[in-house]
Amino acid sequence: MRALLFALAFLASVAAVTPSANAQTLQSVLQDNAEAVAKPARRTVEAVLAALSAAQLEGVPEFLESWRDRNLWQRNADGLFFVAAEADGGLVLTDLDTGAESRAENTRDFSQIRPNAGVRRVIDAALVQFLLSDPDLNRRLAALDAISRDPAEDQLEPLRASIDGEGNSTVLARKQQLERQLTALYDADPAARITAIEALSGDLSVEVRGILSRILSARDAVAAAIPEGVNVAATLTPGEDFDMATAYARLVDADLAPATVQPADVNAALIARIAEGSVAGVPVATLNTEAARVAAYRTLVAAGEVPPFITPDEREAAIAAHVFYQAYNEPNAEVTAAAEDAQAAIATRLAAGQAADLTLDALSLASIYFLAAVGLAITFGVMGVINMAHGEFIMMGAYTGYVVQLFVPDYTLSILIALPLAFAVTFGAGVAMERLVIRWLYHRPLETLLATFGISIALQQLAKNIFGTQARPLTSPDWLAGAWVINDVVQISYIRIAIFFLALIFLGLILFILKRTRLGLEVRAVTQNPGMAASMGINPDRINMLTFGLGSGIAGIAGVAIGLYAKVTSEMGSDYIVQSFMTVVVGGVGNVWGTLAGATMIGFTQKGIEWFNPSNTLAAQTFMILFVILFIQFRPKGIVALRGRAAGD
Amino acid sequence: MNGSLLEVSGVTVTFDGFRAINNLSLQIGEPELRAVIGPNGAGKTTFMDIVTGKTKPDEGRVLWGEKSVSLLEMSESQIAQAGIGRKFQKPTVFEAQTVRENIVMALRNPRGPFDVLFRRGEVASEERVRGISDEIGLTEALDKVSGTLSHGQKQWLEIGMLLAQDPRLLLVDEPAAGMTPAEREHTTDLLVRAARTRAVIVVEHDMEFVRRLDCKVTVLHEGSVLAEGRLDHVTQNQDVIDVYLGR
Amino acid sequence: MERSFVARNPSVLWFLLALSIFTIVVTILSEALGLGLMSTSFLKTLGKTLCLCLVAVAMDVVWGYCGILSLGHFAFFGIGGYAVGMWLMYARTEGIVLTSLASAPLPPTPEEVTSAIGTQIFGVVGSSEFPAIWAFSDSLILQLLAVVLVPGLLALVFGWLAFRSRVTGVYLSILTQAMTLALSLYFFQNDTGLRGNNGLSGLQNIPGLESVSQATISLWFFWASALALGLGYVLFAWLVSGKLGSVIRAIRDNEARVRFLGYHVEGYKLFVFTVTAMVAGIAGALYYPQAGIINPAEIAPVASIYLAVWVAIGGRGRLYGAIIGAALVSLMSSWFTGGSAPDINLGIYVVKWTDWWLVLLGLTFVAVTLFFPKGIGGLFDRLVRNPDGGAR
Repeated sequence: MRALLFALAFLASVAAVTPSANAQTLQSVLQDNAEAVAKPARRTVEAVLAALSAAQLEGVPEFLESWRDRNLWQRNADGLFFVAAEADGGLVLTDLDTGAESRAENTRDFSQIRPNAGVRRVIDAALVQFLLSDPDLNRRLAALDAISRDPAEDQLEPLRASIDGEGNSTVLARKQQLERQLTALYDADPAARITAIEALSGDLSVEVRGILSRILSARDAVAAAIPEGVNVAATLTPGEDFDMATAYARLVDADLAPATVQPADVNAALIARIAEGSVAGVPVATLNTEAARVAAYRTLVAAGEVPPFITPDEREAAIAAHVFYQAYNEPNAEVTAAAEDAQAAIATRLAAGQAADLTLDALSLASIYFLAAVGLAITFGVMGVINMAHGEFIMMGAYTGYVVQLFVPDYTLSILIALPLAFAVTFGAGVAMERLVIRWLYHRPLETLLATFGISIALQQLAKNIFGTQARPLTSPDWLAGAWVINDVVQISYIRIAIFFLALIFLGLILFILKRTRLGLEVRAVTQNPGMAASMGINPDRINMLTFGLGSGIAGIAGVAIGLYAKVTSEMGSDYIVQSFMTVVVGGVGNVWGTLAGATMIGFTQKGIEWFNPSNTLAAQTFMILFVILFIQFRPKGIVALRGRAAGD
Repeated sequence: MNGSLLEVSGVTVTFDGFRAINNLSLQIGEPELRAVIGPNGAGKTTFMDIVTGKTKPDEGRVLWGEKSVSLLEMSESQIAQAGIGRKFQKPTVFEAQTVRENIVMALRNPRGPFDVLFRRGEVASEERVRGISDEIGLTEALDKVSGTLSHGQKQWLEIGMLLAQDPRLLLVDEPAAGMTPAEREHTTDLLVRAARTRAVIVVEHDMEFVRRLDCKVTVLHEGSVLAEGRLDHVTQNQDVIDVYLGR
Repeated sequence: MERSFVARNPSVLWFLLALSIFTIVVTILSEALGLGLMSTSFLKTLGKTLCLCLVAVAMDVVWGYCGILSLGHFAFFGIGGYAVGMWLMYARTEGIVLTSLASAPLPPTPEEVTSAIGTQIFGVVGSSEFPAIWAFSDSLILQLLAVVLVPGLLALVFGWLAFRSRVTGVYLSILTQAMTLALSLYFFQNDTGLRGNNGLSGLQNIPGLESVSQATISLWFFWASALALGLGYVLFAWLVSGKLGSVIRAIRDNEARVRFLGYHVEGYKLFVFTVTAMVAGIAGALYYPQAGIINPAEIAPVASIYLAVWVAIGGRGRLYGAIIGAALVSLMSSWFTGGSAPDINLGIYVVKWTDWWLVLLGLTFVAVTLFFPKGIGGLFDRLVRNPDGGAR
């Protein structure tokens, strides 16, 4: 029933507004209050604002901005107001109602209206109110965002005033949220602030964290004794919280102690007194050490020409005679205490959130490594073949996706075509490579490594010749574009989630092929004993070819996946090859589960190291590799090791 | 037995749940010639792997020399330097190198990289090389690349390399495999002569060859000692007949 | 009987003879002392090629003879370059700074000089402090020691870890590649104090020799490179032809068997790995002053693989094979990628060598691996039955 009444009231007010808007123009309202507009004072401006508010006109916020920013001019002849800008010695006038522009050559025919600072504040507050009640939803939201970016005390009242009339539930929630934040910051009643602060403590958003640190902002201070009424955040001990030199520098800054003589001061003093190649009786040429300069300066001190050095004892005494402390800018201790509590509560949840976010990041990195490495695990692990061109197969897959998108503009469809096509292309490339090169080198693993490296440089250059050195885009469909935002801390892009699931699907698929199909059985037979397998009617050539094709095909699909979130370049393969090998080696050769374990470990370790030093991903990679080298010391056969005679030597 | 050179006691090795060696105990004196026989999978090769340090046992002791040093804490190269030489089933000489190079490498000399580089502490190697090549009958072939030797010659070269090491204990794995009767005879002579001054353990399949060695025999079965004694004595043992001869 | 060193290594005399003739011919053609028929930049290319030959010989010893396919020796080469580059850069900047401070009213103190040099050198990475690894950069002697000791120590520690855990074959290769990647990433960072991806530059200007022309300095470096290559060749020939060579080739062919002969295989591998790393460092220290600039891209993993490619094409297990491979491939690379090779017009498509050289090199390399595993050196063996052909 109440809701209905509200709705009716709202409709009525809208209905009331519409006709009156036609009746009045902005200029006419202003002319009604011409005196107050032209010579605004804090007392009189309220009346103008009330009139503008009552008139419910369009363009009022823009007018208020111009007024505030001293862009409003009055024509002396007829008293009409214009928004005007000075240009080429004249004025460009804009009509308030029609927006029509005209030019006036002589600025003396007009007077600029200059509201003082107090008036401008009042206008500002009104402006906020106008925007907050603007009929356009987006403008209301924009106004709220502006408040959130730069909260100020005088926004609180307009914000509160605008809550009642708010019809849109999203905007209403946002207004209430901001109202809480502003209350926490600015309400006159400490109790209200504390309540608001406590209500904020469950919120992890950057906004709220900003509000709290604003309340808790503190300044460094020093005094002979802490003055009464200061809300002390912490008392600091020189030598522990900061070094003695800093402590003394603070005393100097606070004019509580004489300034120290810096090397630059010494130099300046000496240079100023150079006469005939010497200063203070010392030849300039000998002043090529700090000690010599100090000695010369002391001579000047003795002559009373320059201020003396501060001795360590003097410094100690000066520091000991003062208290160093941090004082909250917020005077009310209860408010800061409540904010401290809220901040601590948020910090705990923040740490948990960051841990969750890190885990998600690590999982996503691990799935990328898994995708990049699992094809290698098949060729390297199962067949014992080192394929240095594996990275280039990843690249081929990514370029396949790029080429498909050139022909198929629909991104969803193009990805669906690109995935199997990339598999087919790299499967073919893998089979060709196995037939032409690798099968001649099965018992010379080091030479396989080198030959495939030759193929890798040839393919890389070929890609450069065809596609150029520029990075090519592989655009993901819209439904994969966003990010899954759990809160301001924990979020993950959909594309990474998709890669995670792709990795899971491949894990299942490969396990299925190797464990449950005829092909897998034959692969395992050939791996363990090619001679025996051949005598049982398995064609090892065919199996090797298919296995190699499978491993390469998976690299192609990994290429599409990687291309979707990273750039497609001819060198993208080499970015992944070393990590992929390490994934396989760390995980344990010859085992898909091992690759999974290796990818997980490398992904998590790398993210873990990045967490300690987030600014430096290069360092994280360096330490990661060192970690892998050390890890192999302790588990030379990887995490999931084959034991016994089967492991070989 | 007091004064034994090698004492293996209670040794057990498991591969993936399979007990290759099961509570094996064995002693050998110096000098002594011993043949170790047994069917496939009896653990003969694994036994050698343990003594030479290639495989570490799950439990048991392997003691060496007068001071009863444990071999289990030593690396392969340390064990070899302590005086245990091993000849593999397949001849593994370094085929890219000459017979001389192979023998010189095996000669008992300081083994460190710098010793080798600056030939520190080396004694009259040429004479020793001659002595050994005469012994194995390869003096004519000294400067031949050993990859070009016949199968039997490779076997002898490998025995020659073992002799060059001057070990106190020689482990020889199936030395007669793939040899002509004449070559076998030569091999038997080599081993019997070697055993006059040192301990020699011969692992062999071929009964005839073992009979010609004319020495104490240890029969292994499923990783432990089934019987021990003269060949005639052992071959009358019912257990041995069941598992080995009666197949 | 045991034969003398030269009798065992006939190639040493031939090689030294060829190197001497080459050096004399280049000197005669040079701008500084000779007829001026050869440009200084080409002289530098030849000098650099000699350094590449030296590191290739080292690679051949560690791979062709000892069987360790190290994908890290070019990183050691780069470290040598960095070590000498640090002194070159420091000393030269010091000269510039002293000149500019000479006009200041007070004579500069050591602290002022150091801080000015720091600003000059590290300004590009937004720093002016001297990082700890530059502590000895003012001393030529210490930096020259570092040329040998840093790669040596790194190889020693890495090799000890790797060989101790019996990592062999392709696993070892991948591990060395990981080490190289870690090193290059380390050098790439701005805050490790080696100027990040700017690297060290201006290395062709030798402090104290400002009055000597580049033509002369280049010739001096060419001589030094030739001398280093000659000495390195003799050193390695001596190393691989004696009993030590016999042992390391045996390790290459059957590591386990060598162990049962009583040799501490890990010790030998470590020795060879470390000595070759040190020689690689020396080669790098001679190369980069001729190149003028070094940056982390130089020591990326791919560079070390190229090194293996040269040795494989030249023929591993023969020292001269490594030299043929390195000289041939690196000179051809700079000719083809330098743009001086004529394009081939096929009518429908113009083959630009700058684009297609790497494709050709890659495929050639595959072909060599498949059809000529002994490389170009193997062709020599077919022509003359070479008693030195110790490999296989």
